[in-house]
Amino acid sequence: MANTLKLEIVTPDATVYSGDVHMVTLPAVEGQVGIYPRHVPLLTRIVPGEIIVRKNGDEQFLAVGEGVVEVTGDRVAIVTDMAVAVKDIDEARAEEARQRAAARLRDKISDEEVATVNASLARSLAQLRVKKRHRL
Amino acid sequence: MPNLKALRKRIATVRSTQQITRAMKMVAAAKLRRAQEAAERARPYAAKLAEMFEAVAAGVEPDTHPLLARREERRIDLVVVSSDRGLCGGYNSNLFRHLAKFVRERAGQELGLVVVGRKGFEYYRRRGTSIVSQQVGILTTPPATMAAALAAEVAGRFEREETDAVYLAYNRFRSAISQTPGVVPLLPVAPPAADERPVDYIFEPPRLELLGRLVPRYLEALVTQALLEAIASEHAARMTAMGNATTNATDMIGALTLSMNRARQATITKELMEVVGGAEALKG
Repeated sequence: MANTLKLEIVTPDATVYSGDVHMVTLPAVEGQVGIYPRHVPLLTRIVPGEIIVRKNGDEQFLAVGEGVVEVTGDRVAIVTDMAVAVKDIDEARAEEARQRAAARLRDKISDEEVATVNASLARSLAQLRVKKRHRL
Repeated sequence: MPNLKALRKRIATVRSTQQITRAMKMVAAAKLRRAQEAAERARPYAAKLAEMFEAVAAGVEPDTHPLLARREERRIDLVVVSSDRGLCGGYNSNLFRHLAKFVRERAGQELGLVVVGRKGFEYYRRRGTSIVSQQVGILTTPPATMAAALAAEVAGRFEREETDAVYLAYNRFRSAISQTPGVVPLLPVAPPAADERPVDYIFEPPRLELLGRLVPRYLEALVTQALLEAIASEHAARMTAMGNATTNATDMIGALTLSMNRARQATITKELMEVVGGAEALKG
C-alpha cells in the first residue's frame, strides 16, 4: 500500500474515479502539481484543466473543472463540478457549449450570471484543450 | 331499490378512475427509482465536501466568514420544499403540520418563508404567512440549478443581515413507504468541532481564501441533497397514495358489482312472480 495512492474523484452527479494509482498530476491554482504517495497533507483549489492519472506505467487523462483537492499521506480526494475522461469527451457538444457560453457573455447579464457563464465556458474550454492534446 | 342503469354507470366511472390511478402509480414508481439513484449518486459529493469543509474550518473562528457568523436569532428564514401538484397523499400536509409545530416553538421570532412548490405557496399565502419568495418546477428544473438559486438567495439575505438564521424544511426520504418531515439548520453554516487529531495541511491558497470558496459550494451541496431527497419522497408518497386509491377502487367495484347483481336478480324475480301471478289469474 505504501507505494500507491487511493484516488477518488467525485462530482455532483457521480463518482467519476475511484481506485489505487501510482501518481496523479493536478491543475492547482499555483500551477501543475504532481502527487506521489506519502505526499505531505495538502488542501488546494484546482482550476479547469487536466488531470493525469498514472497507474502501472499507464496514463489516463481527464478534463476537470473548478474544485478542491485534499491530499493526505495515501489518499487523494478531488471534489469538482466536472470531470470527464478524455475518451468520453464529446468534442461537438463541448464546442457547442463553449459557443453558447461565449454568446451569452456578449448579452447584458447580471454579475452573478457572468460568473456562472464564465465557469461553464472554462469547463468546455478545458474539455476541448484536453481532447485536442490527446488526439492521435 | 338501486337502479340498474345507474349502478352500471357508476362501475364504469370507478373503473376508469382506477385506470388513471394505476397509471399514476406506475409512473411514480419509475420516477422514484430514478430519483433515488440520483440522490444516491450525489451523496459522495456532499460527504466529501463536508469532510473538506471540516478540515479547513476546524478551529477557525466563526466570524472569519460571513456565512459562519452566529447572531441572535431574531429573524429566521425557512426554506420549505413542497410539491407543485397534489395527489400525493399526506406529502404536503405532513410537512406543514410539522412546520406549524416548529414555528410555534419559535414564537416571537420574525419568520420569512422561501417556498418551493405551488402547494406550499398556496397554503402559506392563504394563512397570511410572510413569504419572501417562491419557486415552482421542482420536478422540471435540474436540482443543482434550483439549489444554486436557493443557496444564493438565502446566502445573500443572510449576508445582508435580513435574516439571522436559515432553516431548511423538507420530507426526508427514509424508504419507499416512509418519508418523514424534518427541519435542518442551513445558515449560519456550522463550523465543526475542532478535530481531535488536526492534520497539518498545507493550504494553497491560504486557508481563509479556501474556506471562502468551500462554504458556498458546501451550502449548495446541502440544498441539492435536500432537493433530491424531497423529489424522491414526493414520488414515493404519490406512489403509495395512488396504490391505495387503486386498491380502494377495486373494493368499490366489488361492492358495486354485488349490489348490481342483486338488483338484477330482484328484477328478474319480480318479473317471474308477475308472470306466474298472471298465469294463475287466467286459470282461475
